[in-house]
Amino acid sequence: MKEQLHELKEQVIAKIKDSQTIKELNDVRVAYLGKKGPITDLLKGMGKLPAEERPKMGALVNEIRESVTGILEERKETLEQQAIQEQLEKESIDVTLPGRPVELGNHHPLTRVVEEIEDFFISMGYEIAEGPEVEKDYYNFEALNLPKGHPARDMQDSFYITEDILLRTHTSPVQARTMEAKDGAAIKIICPGKVYRRDSDDATHSHQFTQIEGLVVGENIRMSDLKGTLDLLAKKLFGADREIRLRPSFFPFTEPSVEMDISCFKCGGSGCNVCKKTGWIEILGAGMVHPNVLKMAGYNPEEVTGFAFGMGPERIAMLKYGVEDIRHFYTNDIRFISQFHRAEA
Amino acid sequence: MLVSTNWLSKYVDWNELSVEELAEKITRAGIEVDGIIDRSFGMDNIVIGYVTDCVKHPEADKLHICQVDVGGEITQIICGAPNIAAGQKVIVARPGAVLPGGMKIKKAKLRGEESNGMICSLQELGIEGKVVPKAYAEGIYVLPNDVQAGESALTHLGLYDQVMEFDLTPNRSDALSMLGVAYEVGAILSKDIKLPAISFEESSEKAQDYLKLAVEAQEDNPMYIAKVVKNVKVAESPQWLQNTLMSAGIRPHNNIVDITNYVLLEYGQPLHAFDYDRLETKEIVVRHAREGEKIVTLDQAERTLNGHQLVITNGVEPVALAGVMGGANSEVHEGTATVVIESAYFAPSSVRRTSKEVGLRSDASTRFEKGVDPNRVAEAAERAAQLMAELAGGEVLEGSVQFDELDKTAERIILSPDYVNNRLGMKIPMDEMKSIMDRLQIPTEAINGQLVMDIPTRRQDLRIKEDIIEEIARLYGYDEIPKTLPVVESTPGGLTPYQAKRRIVRRFLEAAGLSQALTYSLASPKDAQAFALETAPVTELLMPMSEERSVLRQSLIPHLLDAATYNTARRNESVALYETGSVFLGIEEDGLPKEVEHVAAVLTGKWVHHAWQGETKKVDFFVMKGIVEGLFEQLGLLERIQFTKATVEGMHPGRTATVWLGDQAVGMLGQVHPTVQNQRDLQETYVMEMNLRVIMETAAEELFYEPVPRYPSISRDIALVVDRDTSAANLQAIILQAGGKLLKTVQLFDLYEGKNVEEGKKSLAFSLTYFDPERTLTDEEVVNAHKKVLDALTVQANAQLRS
Ligand SMILES: [Zn+2]
Repeated sequence: MKEQLHELKEQVIAKIKDSQTIKELNDVRVAYLGKKGPITDLLKGMGKLPAEERPKMGALVNEIRESVTGILEERKETLEQQAIQEQLEKESIDVTLPGRPVELGNHHPLTRVVEEIEDFFISMGYEIAEGPEVEKDYYNFEALNLPKGHPARDMQDSFYITEDILLRTHTSPVQARTMEAKDGAAIKIICPGKVYRRDSDDATHSHQFTQIEGLVVGENIRMSDLKGTLDLLAKKLFGADREIRLRPSFFPFTEPSVEMDISCFKCGGSGCNVCKKTGWIEILGAGMVHPNVLKMAGYNPEEVTGFAFGMGPERIAMLKYGVEDIRHFYTNDIRFISQFHRAEA
Repeated sequence: MLVSTNWLSKYVDWNELSVEELAEKITRAGIEVDGIIDRSFGMDNIVIGYVTDCVKHPEADKLHICQVDVGGEITQIICGAPNIAAGQKVIVARPGAVLPGGMKIKKAKLRGEESNGMICSLQELGIEGKVVPKAYAEGIYVLPNDVQAGESALTHLGLYDQVMEFDLTPNRSDALSMLGVAYEVGAILSKDIKLPAISFEESSEKAQDYLKLAVEAQEDNPMYIAKVVKNVKVAESPQWLQNTLMSAGIRPHNNIVDITNYVLLEYGQPLHAFDYDRLETKEIVVRHAREGEKIVTLDQAERTLNGHQLVITNGVEPVALAGVMGGANSEVHEGTATVVIESAYFAPSSVRRTSKEVGLRSDASTRFEKGVDPNRVAEAAERAAQLMAELAGGEVLEGSVQFDELDKTAERIILSPDYVNNRLGMKIPMDEMKSIMDRLQIPTEAINGQLVMDIPTRRQDLRIKEDIIEEIARLYGYDEIPKTLPVVESTPGGLTPYQAKRRIVRRFLEAAGLSQALTYSLASPKDAQAFALETAPVTELLMPMSEERSVLRQSLIPHLLDAATYNTARRNESVALYETGSVFLGIEEDGLPKEVEHVAAVLTGKWVHHAWQGETKKVDFFVMKGIVEGLFEQLGLLERIQFTKATVEGMHPGRTATVWLGDQAVGMLGQVHPTVQNQRDLQETYVMEMNLRVIMETAAEELFYEPVPRYPSISRDIALVVDRDTSAANLQAIILQAGGKLLKTVQLFDLYEGKNVEEGKKSLAFSLTYFDPERTLTDEEVVNAHKKVLDALTVQANAQLRS
């Protein structure tokens, strides 16, 4: 019986080792270790043995059973590993295939520029003021020190609706309206919006374009405040290492009037095609609010002063992103609009 | 304004700087120098040649074989100019020369004949054709006989000169003259300037005995001076004068006309020269034209005048359009012996109006329009008389004929240094301010701590204290102004709720996959009201530039459709665009149109597109509707909107809905009518437009947290068959009402028509969720509630339940 047992053990171990799948292995288990298997039979047949041999044989059977079970478990582990391995191999994919795109829309590049400027000034305590695009001649011109007959307000240059109503030529009428409405109180506003000029559309002109202007009015507002404000703006828009310079200029609604240049962000000032070899790029116009403008709005220019500035988001976007034709902003070619949504820094 | 730096040296010494440095200083001080033109263009080997012999080329009709003395050497040059002749002094580009156009001069053979250089026109030396004297405009330039062969032609033509191009702001008309520029440069460099010295002998005869003057239109012509110069010899001007005019962009004509132009450039005072004998009446009358009166101006154009245009007449007929252009009938010509020099002050508004009406802008009118210096009117006439004596051999008659009611007094401005410093944010000492005024040659005194300035009339742009602040700041240097930030009552700043919602709308639509478009507010009349949610009288431009952009839009959709067509025509086949912008409706009480902000969108092509995994879906009504619903959800208004079927012109009659916010129609969405799609070259296209103003002005539902459920919910599905025209919204409303408070949500999850469903019917399936936040529901409660729903559907919607 001892020999029988050992033979059986060898037989089972061989079967286990031959099993190639979990199922085969299970069949072996059922066949040899199951209730109808030979080991169970052997155990059942123990009653026929002399009483003194029973414990020895019982121990032997158990030992064999344990050892076979152990080998079986080991084999099972191996086969399971193999199965997982095979499955993983089957599931393997080409990770270089393109992902499913997240279909986001983009905001317009001009919105990007305008909102960046708005947010910058909001952080400095400014409010956003808006006004009508169709304006009275009074707010568009007269209140801004451009009386009737002034050469700068040629009918040819503006889209008039009637003699007294026109499409605003700048966002400055919003400043005039705000000053009038504030009735002598201090002001810190930014005015973005669409404006219109009677120009033929070409690479650098558009009959409709956008503007963003700023106005600060209060006691003791100085030109140095304008310079400090514009310096921060230039650094925000074009990089922390930008320098600014002011050049005298002329606008009817400011006195003194200046134009602001920034050191070229492309060459840093050594001269290149962006700055036309000068190292400087003209960005915006500004000045101290003309006393006549303050007076028209009900402020006393002896006591209250202010500064104003204005710029064109198209120009800023063209400079920042190298856009060569202003008409791109209005043709809405998806290949153009879709390029301006990502982070810049 | 073109400023020759050679000419400028006559008045102010700037030569310790390079031209580039000078230009930079001028720019930084306020007059932008747009460019510097080197008139020599780096040319070399350009000499004066003497044509000793000139014969026709045997092989070519238009060519001549010339023997040219180029200074100690005679060389053969072939010349094709029609006006070449023996005995001329000409400009010769010798082999090795490079002309401004890039042409390199080499020895060559022309039709078998050797040519050692080129005889040049002025154009070939880089001078603009319109300033080349007429006599030489079509051929080579011929120099006067007294020049020496072999010498540099460039020197003789004054081309070793650099010209600055000024881009003047409208206020700086003082710099429309060389003297004005000299004052400016003198102030910048702290240099004195040299004014022209005027002296000449006067004849014993008096101008008054030759000419009578009557100014009838005194308001438009407050000052008029006429001087008479007799025995002039009209001829070509000396070379220096011609060179000077050409450097300033003015074509030389003859010595008399050239002198008036020279003085115009020097003083900024336009002058006119009449042929005295052609005036006939010996009288000058300045008056307004008679309605319909005619004049032939110097450009040979006949012009019909109106009653407010100012004319100079000989008492009978106009001889000049005042301040704009002279008349052909009194023009100085070769035979002119006696000249009348006119120097006047014409009112800027009068000249501006006339110049615009007749469509003529001249060097004279641009200066009169800005207002000339009242104190230079007389001096300029004297200067011209002097030059006519010197350069045309004229005899200047004693005195002048004049009318003068012009105010020439200096404006006084009084200013305290504090006023300046408080506005600049600086601490410039008073001495420094006075010294800047001295540099500007503005007479200034410091009295009791105040600066008292008498502003010379040449600086008409200086009127108020702030103008002086600018003068001080620009000459002190804007670089010296410190950088500070404004200190005002602190305001919180920020966006208004309306503005914040606008950003929410934009971000939502972008997150939903739409890109922001920006289109024009001006539209064609045919598009103005197409698709409009609301129409009102159209706002039209008085003077549109084109029909296409002649009125203000009342809907954003037409231009968005244009954008869609533009893109699909360029193979951007899937278009998803939105725009926020104003529409313009009728006229309000204040005379302005009502501007209402709208939002609109257009979708065409594919919505989901991920080809290699086979996921692709075309846009349809429900894509657009989902976007609209999502937008209202973002704005906290989803509970308050409803969609009803609508008929809108240009839209698909079966696939268009009105959007209701409460009981107000606020928008529309749907498919564009197939006919319109075809007209616009579009595939299936969906649009929406909503009145964004009304929507954003509607306050959102208050945002309160709803507890996350602690008890399970129970779901029951219903499948039913109803008439095809029963709306899903109606069924949903019946279900919600019947389900009572335990019914939390109703969701449609299947819709079917066709096989197995009776004709004219459709099958829908809803999933209903029952839930009580306080406890777990019993089966019985759900069965009861659900039964009520089924009954209601059967009774109210005639629904058959499907198992
Ligand atoms: Zn650069």
